[in-house]
Amino acid sequence: MKKYLEATYEKLPLAGVIEEAGNAEQYETGSWSTFRPVFHPEICIHCLFCWVYCPDSAILVNEESKVIGIDYDHCKGCEICSVECPTKPEKAITIEKK
Amino acid sequence: MPEKLALTGNEAVAHAMRQINPDVVAAYPITPQTSMMQKFADFVADGLMDCELVLVESEHSAMSAAVGSQASGARTMTATAACGLALMWEILGIASAYRLPIVMPVVNRALSGPINIQGDHSDTMGARDCGWIHIFSENAQEAYENTIQAIRIAEHPDVLTPVMVCLDGFIISHGVEVVKIYDDDKVKKFIGEYKPHYSLLDPNHPITLGAMDFSDFYFEHKVSQLDGINASPQIILDVGREFKETFGGEECYEYFEAYKMDDAELGVISLGSTAAAARLVVDELRSQGVAAGSVKLRVFRPFPYEELAKIIAPLKGCAVLDRSIAYGGDGGPVHIEVRSALYGRHPVPVMTNYIYGLGGKPIEPEHIMTAFDDLKEAVVQGRPRRRVGYLNLKEEAMAIA
Repeated sequence: MKKYLEATYEKLPLAGVIEEAGNAEQYETGSWSTFRPVFHPEICIHCLFCWVYCPDSAILVNEESKVIGIDYDHCKGCEICSVECPTKPEKAITIEKK
Repeated sequence: MPEKLALTGNEAVAHAMRQINPDVVAAYPITPQTSMMQKFADFVADGLMDCELVLVESEHSAMSAAVGSQASGARTMTATAACGLALMWEILGIASAYRLPIVMPVVNRALSGPINIQGDHSDTMGARDCGWIHIFSENAQEAYENTIQAIRIAEHPDVLTPVMVCLDGFIISHGVEVVKIYDDDKVKKFIGEYKPHYSLLDPNHPITLGAMDFSDFYFEHKVSQLDGINASPQIILDVGREFKETFGGEECYEYFEAYKMDDAELGVISLGSTAAAARLVVDELRSQGVAAGSVKLRVFRPFPYEELAKIIAPLKGCAVLDRSIAYGGDGGPVHIEVRSALYGRHPVPVMTNYIYGLGGKPIEPEHIMTAFDDLKEAVVQGRPRRRVGYLNLKEEAMAIA
């Protein structure tokens, strides 16, 4: 992606096609959010609902399928993870203002 | 040997599509295109081609499917008219921005409202800035030949721009003419194999198409899109020349056809089937000793400013006939372009614009004759009676009532 940042219009790929597979990962949108999720590992039951529902693949999960954190570089603060978290009386993901 | 068949314009274009044998056609019916797709569907059902014909639920879907299909490396066509084109409008700009060489016959019909199913140019003129190439046909033979040439023009690696092949609704689409259908193998060889610039279905070169742009790059992408359509004028001529040499055709293969313009003093510019009526009027005037001439514009986008200005500038008087209105603009779209073409030249003819034929209103030689009569007067006066006039409009009738 970096090679295009300085490109003039002549050097852009035809039709604005993105030729580098999966480079959306390099585009950090985390600063766009107003609120952010906070992960509480001591409450988490690792049901993975938050991971399933997250539209940005911003819930971090390890090889043992345990939730380990949030990718704040790509989380847009939509709060779906918190809404879907089933634990009671406290949620394993809560929302706070940045 | 070309086969001579009595065909309507729609059938002629359907034959062109049969010979092109696209991989995919996604279409939705709309008068006056319907009989084209019906004939084409017959060809597919009869096993004369191996085309995937997708009968979609709307024209918006038709163009969306065409974009997806062409982007996946399949040679794709569709066809429409009027409000069908209007319904596709959102996707037209996407097709051209993605540099997809989709070829689409458009049977020119009036845009609503009021609802009218007859011929005028408001549909394609309404889409004139969508980044497509616009080629107008005068008759069924031209519609057939333009459709074949359009594949070569669109797919040329320097162009990669979608093409609309325009034919007048009902006048050309439903009128029967003797059409020369060229040999299937010759047409197949002429259009060649489609070599996509990129494909969504190429696992060795995965791409993302249609990503989001912000103000840092949208402008740059849109300007780079001009490369294709700006390279197309020469290719349109080259393909036309090659077509003429290969098939021995006798139609128009350039940006426009000038008729008795060499020493003309009064000239008329028109598009589509009207050009034939204009030539009749020119012949009548010439027999009366009037130095009349006419120009049939074939390529509206990209507009041939330099070449047309050279032909028009020496006239004393020029009338531009528009079959659509540019509301809030200077009459009709062709008039606007012609004036722009003449800017900076000295001397220039006295110019006037006539709107005619909207919603299939007949345009006959007698109406074009009044345009020439007005022009004669305008040249004497040094200016036209009206900058924008109308041919065969019920003006006088309304005044009497």
